[in-house]
Amino acid sequence: MAEYILTAEDYYNGLRENKLMGLKCKSCGAVTCPPMKVCDTCGSEDLEVVQLSGKGTLRTFTVSRVPPEGFEAPYCPCIVETDEGPWVPGRLNVDADAATQDLIGKRVTATHYVLPADKYSAGEMVSALWSLEE
Amino acid sequence: MRDVAIVGSSQTKFGKLPKSNVELFAEAAIDAINKSGLSQKDIEALFLGTVFSDFEEGQVNMAGFGGAEIGLGNIPATRFEGACASATVAVRDAAMWVASGQFDIVLAGGTERAFTMGTPFATRTFAMGGDAKYEAVTGNTFPGAFAMAARLYAVNYDIPLDKLMEMLASVTIKNHKYGALNPLGQFYGKMGDLTVEKVLSGPRIAEPLGLYDCCPFSDGGSAVVITTAEIARELTDTPVYIVGTGQGSAGALFRQKDFTKPKSRVASARMALKMAGLSPSDIDVIELHDCFTPAEAIALEAMGFYDWGTAAKASDDGDTDIDGTYPTNISGGLIGKGHPVGATGAAQVHAICEQLRGEMPQGMQVDGPEIGMTDTLGGDFGTIAHIVLSLSKRRK
Repeated sequence: MAEYILTAEDYYNGLRENKLMGLKCKSCGAVTCPPMKVCDTCGSEDLEVVQLSGKGTLRTFTVSRVPPEGFEAPYCPCIVETDEGPWVPGRLNVDADAATQDLIGKRVTATHYVLPADKYSAGEMVSALWSLEE
Repeated sequence: MRDVAIVGSSQTKFGKLPKSNVELFAEAAIDAINKSGLSQKDIEALFLGTVFSDFEEGQVNMAGFGGAEIGLGNIPATRFEGACASATVAVRDAAMWVASGQFDIVLAGGTERAFTMGTPFATRTFAMGGDAKYEAVTGNTFPGAFAMAARLYAVNYDIPLDKLMEMLASVTIKNHKYGALNPLGQFYGKMGDLTVEKVLSGPRIAEPLGLYDCCPFSDGGSAVVITTAEIARELTDTPVYIVGTGQGSAGALFRQKDFTKPKSRVASARMALKMAGLSPSDIDVIELHDCFTPAEAIALEAMGFYDWGTAAKASDDGDTDIDGTYPTNISGGLIGKGHPVGATGAAQVHAICEQLRGEMPQGMQVDGPEIGMTDTLGGDFGTIAHIVLSLSKRRK
């Protein structure tokens, strides 16, 4: 059986300890994060589990004002380009009412937040919380 | 493969409607069949797009009920779900089955009844079109995805964000201008005179997007009757040929990296145009997936109509209006006509059929188009499909 070496649950559990876990390809060297079954760059199944630095650069974000049921606005979903290459989603740990375009390009570091389970999820979920570097 | 044509097409009124998903589809389907000169007994298969019927009505397995409702008998009936691109994928597969020789006459369409969900729950279910494990957990929404795209676009092309949103306001001003003229549009008779100031000062939804940058939630149904070129010529003097189709897919939004240049859309549009033997410059009229104002600019660029980074300005310059180089969403598009997600793709095809046949309502008819193209986006570029339609058969 071609079993996963890093599942979504494993990724969540890494984040709970503020570790950003991913996969390094033994074939092309690229890093995949969050994990997949194969290398996101070359498709190889020859992967090893690695811990990323948890550091990166903010590429884009929004300020969500009209949230889905189960969420409380405002908050800032974002995508960060990690130093290892992968773009990783999460939330930006800033004052949403003061978040402007000039945040893009800033250096950020990952911790985490937990989203409780509800009727339309498969259980508790964990995501990266990105804070501006001091 | 055999040449394929559309001989009848229709959509219901879009808006908040007191009808079930099956009823919305049935109205459009019967109208399309009647226009084709065929009858229900001639239909050999049904391809039906529906997205959120389980959340809306507690109904899955819709296709059989849709077919039975209009008396199609015990023919193959299949539900298609590719988020907001569902009906276009249904039309594409229907065309493929006819081209293959398996069926001669098929019905494709879609239906959606989003209003029953209310805004907070509808926003939640729509967000399920993105990656649940890693993306929906952030609370991001579809306006949020295109808000992120707008910010990337501004950085990529060194445009101040305020200036970009001002240029993109031209998209919603144009699409509402035509939506107000469309008797079947959700905003018929309304919002035809939006101004840049009003658009920019609208309630904030997902910054930098405001309310007027967004399409509405909608109820509605749509249908097209697809058959062989030979049968089509017996039925009508103006068949609309399906000369090219394309489809693409992608994983989660963040894995696509710079999603202002969505690879799935580029691949799908190229596939459709290559099959048709055409170039972007051959297209006379376009219906594309303007779910949010930045989406229209990104689509125009990814389909090859404008260079990267130039479509927002082209729109602001009027080049996508009814008398411009590439008339776009002259039906009102998703923003002005409405976006009943399971039905949208076949309604786009219907709008192009009306443009090519010269049947658009007053003020919405492009001058003598011969070739048109649709573009439909499902999720955050997870499912993309294109249809190229022509008054002439495919070049061989």
